[in-house]
Amino acid sequence: MTTEPPVSLGIPEMPPPDYPAEVRARLEADAREVIARYPDTRSALLPLLHLVQAEEGYVSRTGVRFCAELLELTTAEVTAVSTFYSMYRRKSSGEYQVGVCTNTLCAVMGGDAIFEELQRHLGIGNDETTGDGKVTLQHIECNAACDYAPVVMVNWEFFDNQTPDSARRLVDDLRAGRPVRPTRGAPLCTFRETARMLAGFPDTRPGAVEATGGAGPATLVGLRLAKGETAPGRIVSPREGGISPCEGGEGEE
Amino acid sequence: MTVAAAVNETSPEKVLSPVLSAFWDEPESWTLETYQRHDGYQGLRKALAMAPDDVIALVKDSGLRGRGGAGFPTGMKWQFIPQGDGKPHYLVVNADESEPGTCKDIPLLFANPHALIEGIVIACHAIRSNHAFIYLRGEVVPVLRRLHHAVAEAYGAGYLGRDIQGSGFDLELTVHAGAGAYICGEETALLDSLEGRRGQPRLRPPFPAVAGLYACPTVVNNVESIASVPAILTRGKEWFRSMGSEKSPGFTLYSLSGHVANPGQYEGPLGITLRQLLDISGGMRPGHRLKFWTPGGSSTPLLTDEHLDVPLDYEGVGAAGSMLGTKALQCFDETTCVVRAVTRWTEFYAHESCGKCTPCREGTYWMVQLLRDLEAGKGRPEDLDKLLDIADNVNGKSFCALGDGAASPIFSSLKYFRDEYERHITEQGCPFDPALSTVWAHQPHLEVNA
Repeated sequence: MTTEPPVSLGIPEMPPPDYPAEVRARLEADAREVIARYPDTRSALLPLLHLVQAEEGYVSRTGVRFCAELLELTTAEVTAVSTFYSMYRRKSSGEYQVGVCTNTLCAVMGGDAIFEELQRHLGIGNDETTGDGKVTLQHIECNAACDYAPVVMVNWEFFDNQTPDSARRLVDDLRAGRPVRPTRGAPLCTFRETARMLAGFPDTRPGAVEATGGAGPATLVGLRLAKGETAPGRIVSPREGGISPCEGGEGEE
Repeated sequence: MTVAAAVNETSPEKVLSPVLSAFWDEPESWTLETYQRHDGYQGLRKALAMAPDDVIALVKDSGLRGRGGAGFPTGMKWQFIPQGDGKPHYLVVNADESEPGTCKDIPLLFANPHALIEGIVIACHAIRSNHAFIYLRGEVVPVLRRLHHAVAEAYGAGYLGRDIQGSGFDLELTVHAGAGAYICGEETALLDSLEGRRGQPRLRPPFPAVAGLYACPTVVNNVESIASVPAILTRGKEWFRSMGSEKSPGFTLYSLSGHVANPGQYEGPLGITLRQLLDISGGMRPGHRLKFWTPGGSSTPLLTDEHLDVPLDYEGVGAAGSMLGTKALQCFDETTCVVRAVTRWTEFYAHESCGKCTPCREGTYWMVQLLRDLEAGKGRPEDLDKLLDIADNVNGKSFCALGDGAASPIFSSLKYFRDEYERHITEQGCPFDPALSTVWAHQPHLEVNA
């Protein structure tokens, strides 16, 4: 919407334009619904930032102004909050956000190799977007799925137990528009649709809640063991397969 | 004593005790219908028939302690809420699970969000709160989806809303998605974030029990703590105390991850050991052995294969020089470079430092600079003491526990693996091959077996 001046003269930016009237009316109705959920209006700021991100794919200056007006804050106050949190994008980005966990455990288990492979394969660096506008690549922090390492998140749905090959196929499918299903989560929607859920509007697609069943396999290993349902080949006796620390661990180098 | 008896047990049926996870294998475990078939909302029925103070006393007597890391007694936290003060009271559930290695609340909520919702209604009845919040980290949309669904189901069935089950008790529950900030797992930063601000910790006192959300009395509890409450109501405090130890009673979720044969969730009594968990689950991956592990996420000091028999409860892990934390048992085998692991964790803390206080903001930055040089083989011998010195200036001198957490991996890794740091300096590079640590590096190391 805004055209940047070619040379910065150090003059403060003009206020951003408002949304078109129709968009503004629609967003305002949504925003009022969100605000009503909280005893204090300002609590609605994080959801409203998700909401404006759902509109434009990132938090624009127009979006900041919208949040400020609805919550009776200054744009500086809203900007201070939006730049603190890593999920708010500051620039237009891809339809699919592919995040590779490179926190220690995933990194060691292969996340570093996956991230390197995707950078090479896509020809982009961290937080960059492919030329077709489909994929934004990011390295992300621990996403609470360490028992499924290495983990890749696409639009914040889980793609567990990845390898460089599977991750490469994943981004190829995303770019080609082929259907992609997470290992835990619902069939992918766009980044903007995901942001709307984060603003507090439930996913209304049929089957979205049920998708991929109750719990993932790693979530159930302890329960299956406790019930004596030891899956053949999955749980091996320490003496036959893996070296238990008691058997093989005492020999210090 | 229960712990001593349990140490010798090796059969999974005897070591494990699924409670929260007991029916996660049902085809639609997340639905109200499934939950109700498994005693769902029976604990609430009992609680609503009790006086609020009696519910607090029951939870206090059960000995339930916070499962989010600090281990504070849950019932005592509830008791701190002043009554008859004329102010609104709030319950805020901390579902901002972001501690590296921690992966229990997210699968719990994905498999069965109703256990949390029932616990919330019971807790709110006890502390006389009419509005509760679930602060869920934003990066887990599959869980958000199921929480939205479960909350709607609970409203529909009269477990939330006005006059719950004809008791006259009203409760609104708001699901709030965060936006990506580890620091919001710190309870006062979480409250600031929920008030629509940058997530920065507050000075304490006043504690949230006195001045929390909107300066009103507030209880902040971890997901697993609250989700454990319904079972205590249904089955009683004696049953709960029959598991674990005197000071650490009950059951809990242990999350096994890393170079183990079978990573996943293992629910058992507090006080079982990593050796027991590895014995029943298939041990380390074939051909490898344990080198170092975290008992409860990256902020808890590392332990080694000397600590396999440490009882995994609050006292046991504390006595071993670490903390039970979130029971996130990240296990690394001998292929893993400890300098690489610690460097990456330190980068995380530097990234997530909120910037409010100087020791943490500056200290984490400089620790990263030193560690990156050390890992790349560009470190100098004096850097190790400098690293310890900076870590000492962060630990205990920061505004909140993030600084202490950042220092933990550095102190503990230098304690157990100083020689490995020194090798990086003398050999001017990392002696490890990262390819051997990956899950697809299947070739076992024969020399390890020798």
